[in-house]
Amino acid sequence: MSERLLDIRDLEVIYKTDLETVHAVNGVNLHLEKGKTLGLVGETGAGKTTTALSILCLLPERTARVKGEIFFEGKDLLKMKEYELRDIRGEKISMIFQDPMTSLNPIMTVGSQIGEALALHNEQNRTKEQIEKRVEEVLEMVGIPASRKKDYPHQFSGGMKQRVVIAIALACEPDLLIADEPTTALDVTIQAQVLAMMNELRERLQTSLIMITHDLGIVAQTCDDVAVMYAGEIIECGSAYEVFTGEKHHPYTEGLFGSIPNLEVDSARLSPIEGLMPDPTNLPEGCKFSPRCPKCMDICRSVSPSEYVEGGHRISCHLFNKEEAK
Amino acid sequence: MYKYVVKRLLFTIPVLIGVTFIVFTIMALTPGDPGRMILGQAAKQEAVAQLNHELGYDRPFFTRFFEYLKDIVTKLDFGESYRTRKPVFDEIWAKFPHTFKLAVFSIIFSSLIGVSLGILSAVKQYTFIDTFSTVMAMFFAAIPGFWLGMMLIYFFSLRFGLLPSSGIDSWQGFILPIVTLTLSGSASLLRLTRSTMLETIRADYIRTARAKGATQKIVIWRHALKNALLPVITVLGMQFGGLLGGAVITESVFAIPGLGNHIVSAIRQKDVPVVMAGSLFLAALFCLVMLAVDLLYAFIDPRIKAKYSR
Amino acid sequence: MMSNMPTAAASANTKKRKKSKKNSQVKEIWRRLKKNRSAMVGLVVLIIFALAAIFADFIVPYEKAIEQNGQIRLQPPSADHWFGTDHFGRDTFARIIHGSRISLSIGFISVFLSLIVGGLLGAAAGYYGGSIDNIIMRIMDVFMCIPAILLALAIVAALGTSMQNLLIAIIISNVPSFTRLIRSVILTVVENDFIEAARSYGAKDMRIILKYILPNAMGPIIVQATMGIAGMILSAAGLSYLGMGVQPPDPEWGAMLSEAKDFMRTAPYLLYFPGFSILISALCFNLLGDGLRDALDPKLRD
Repeated sequence: MSERLLDIRDLEVIYKTDLETVHAVNGVNLHLEKGKTLGLVGETGAGKTTTALSILCLLPERTARVKGEIFFEGKDLLKMKEYELRDIRGEKISMIFQDPMTSLNPIMTVGSQIGEALALHNEQNRTKEQIEKRVEEVLEMVGIPASRKKDYPHQFSGGMKQRVVIAIALACEPDLLIADEPTTALDVTIQAQVLAMMNELRERLQTSLIMITHDLGIVAQTCDDVAVMYAGEIIECGSAYEVFTGEKHHPYTEGLFGSIPNLEVDSARLSPIEGLMPDPTNLPEGCKFSPRCPKCMDICRSVSPSEYVEGGHRISCHLFNKEEAK
Repeated sequence: MYKYVVKRLLFTIPVLIGVTFIVFTIMALTPGDPGRMILGQAAKQEAVAQLNHELGYDRPFFTRFFEYLKDIVTKLDFGESYRTRKPVFDEIWAKFPHTFKLAVFSIIFSSLIGVSLGILSAVKQYTFIDTFSTVMAMFFAAIPGFWLGMMLIYFFSLRFGLLPSSGIDSWQGFILPIVTLTLSGSASLLRLTRSTMLETIRADYIRTARAKGATQKIVIWRHALKNALLPVITVLGMQFGGLLGGAVITESVFAIPGLGNHIVSAIRQKDVPVVMAGSLFLAALFCLVMLAVDLLYAFIDPRIKAKYSR
Repeated sequence: MMSNMPTAAASANTKKRKKSKKNSQVKEIWRRLKKNRSAMVGLVVLIIFALAAIFADFIVPYEKAIEQNGQIRLQPPSADHWFGTDHFGRDTFARIIHGSRISLSIGFISVFLSLIVGGLLGAAAGYYGGSIDNIIMRIMDVFMCIPAILLALAIVAALGTSMQNLLIAIIISNVPSFTRLIRSVILTVVENDFIEAARSYGAKDMRIILKYILPNAMGPIIVQATMGIAGMILSAAGLSYLGMGVQPPDPEWGAMLSEAKDFMRTAPYLLYFPGFSILISALCFNLLGDGLRDALDPKLRD
């Protein structure tokens, strides 16, 4: 068995303001092995981004309450001091954000924004010239001519901006890269380009990756493992093979697959999942998916399901725990 | 860039003509006639009529308006004050330095206090310093400037005799008016700086910077501050423009012989040429200040710069 | 069978939600506003001021505010005259109470009328854009170049000093900034897709403005109006202080301060009460405006 790079245990995040309490993440367990890619799938608002931000400890300090443990290379990130975290952020763990339009500082050149990451983690004691040279290298690496390093973000298109964001994230060659819906804001053709480039770079740099997305196609293309998130919980996880081809599935996962048009099966219309995600300020009792679940049983409305395990494949659903259901 | 400046300077010409027209119209509506004003109550009616004719006051409105414009354009002649019979700009130049001094010092102090406290209270949101500064700002933003001035006079001049209550015979005379203007000016700057700073701190690119491992100091100084200051600069410019022409009430409370006071007394006495020239002068200054603000904007924000050079 | 149940329930739910959406929005804003302590303090104090203004005659007769009495000149606060008397022997408390009527009505009326004028101009500029926008905004630019207080003073001088002309002056000098604000609010709303959608199915301009744009632009406008009242009260007081606003013997806070100026040394209490009245009313409108802004746009907090 290979080494665990990241191990999230019982992560719980609550946003508390004067007005309301939002249960964003409710007991998430996840792990990622070195060099592997994990796909984190779910609808908007499922708690994917919150999970990602808590890995970097970048949640808003005043409102977010975080519980649980996040081990990275054996050390608990949630117990680290701010200065220890700074050495990890950007150097060991980097993040690519969803919206490239707003993720870059509009009044700094892209070169200096990449160079900043290098200068902050300058263990090799690079001189200014060396940093500049590295900036040019990184830009070329993501497919942007080095001559554009003096340009400002507004001079780039959306896809090019996301390349710059990726360049910032990869400048220090991190061990773990978290990509939060990196292509959602881009055109479809650009999406493919950026994804292909990310995959190639990840393989070349031997970076582990957490790919957050709601696009199952992206997961199928890139991920070794998959975790499906719903209302702040991981409801199903396993290897991509198990989740995509296994016989047993969480009804929500089935619903997700049902929402994708299938060209091989001739069906008159798509079968979307009915209803909406539950309100995170007021979550239902029992299984959080029960109000929308087509296979909902009585027990689902009162008791949270435990995990059904089959090899590496885990499903949190009463359907497969027959003894409990009786 | 150069082209943009020229364009903007050219654009101030129609604006100033507009200002001339508005003020000219208002003054034309004002009752009273200048001949009577110049010659006094004792003068004979014929002499007044004679003088009004010489001044061209009996001609139709538009004729007078275009005459006025023509004199300015061709001879740079803004007319003579009805009261002193001297060229209006003699007096404006004599009064303006006082107003200018007041405005410059007030804007410097209020930006130092307002902007720095605004940043501080945004960065340390919900701490004591934040609550304290926002409460003070709320308070001073609601105080009528003239009342604040009067209270300062009462305490510092009348009760404790520390500072002169009026006039500018010595530099101490400037202290209370500057304090008055600074307190209310910094209050609004503080509130604005705090809110734009709070907004900026939540921006995505700030999160990017933190994700890079930047320290709080770098995040604030290198990333947040410059972006947050953009809207503040605009308001700073408008405040400065406002101070140059709008410190009227403060000048009146402290009896400072500045431009504001000068124009107010000219309005009261219907000294049309002085009112006209004074408002034109202030409007032109305002346009220049706002141009400077826009150029400063371009200097900080490359997006604006790109827009200008197009 | 089972699968249909939650669906039916959900759709019934959304229907109900749609019906009461507007109502519940107002309720939600009110709920958030209630949690804001300083805004509530502001609101309560303003209600007290408003009640004092409405029922001024029941609290203290108007005669006490204007009748001169040489025997009780410049008396400090006492049981008979809570806030003291001025140089004509008029009761300051009565003048403050009756003055609230003038100050508050100036604030409300001038904001209301500025909103209508600025709203029409700003909405036209923002909605139609193009040359209409250009013409309106260039004219406003010209007005913005003249210092507001000088403009107001000149207008009062031209029209003569009266309450009505004071209002006209304040409104004219404030319309440009209201126009600008409303134009920018309208512009952000017009960019929304639902406006495009309404246009695409052929809705008339007036209908779009009234039904879609105005409700969505209301938030920032209400906030600005609330704060605007504070600004108007301050500028009216300033003009009255310069003798170009409300004329004696009418009790107006700014005019009272102007008269108090000459008796500063002997009767400083004449300074305190009108000044605090202006301060408190302006402060409360600002507090309320701040609270409304937070309540309307909760993401600005946390």
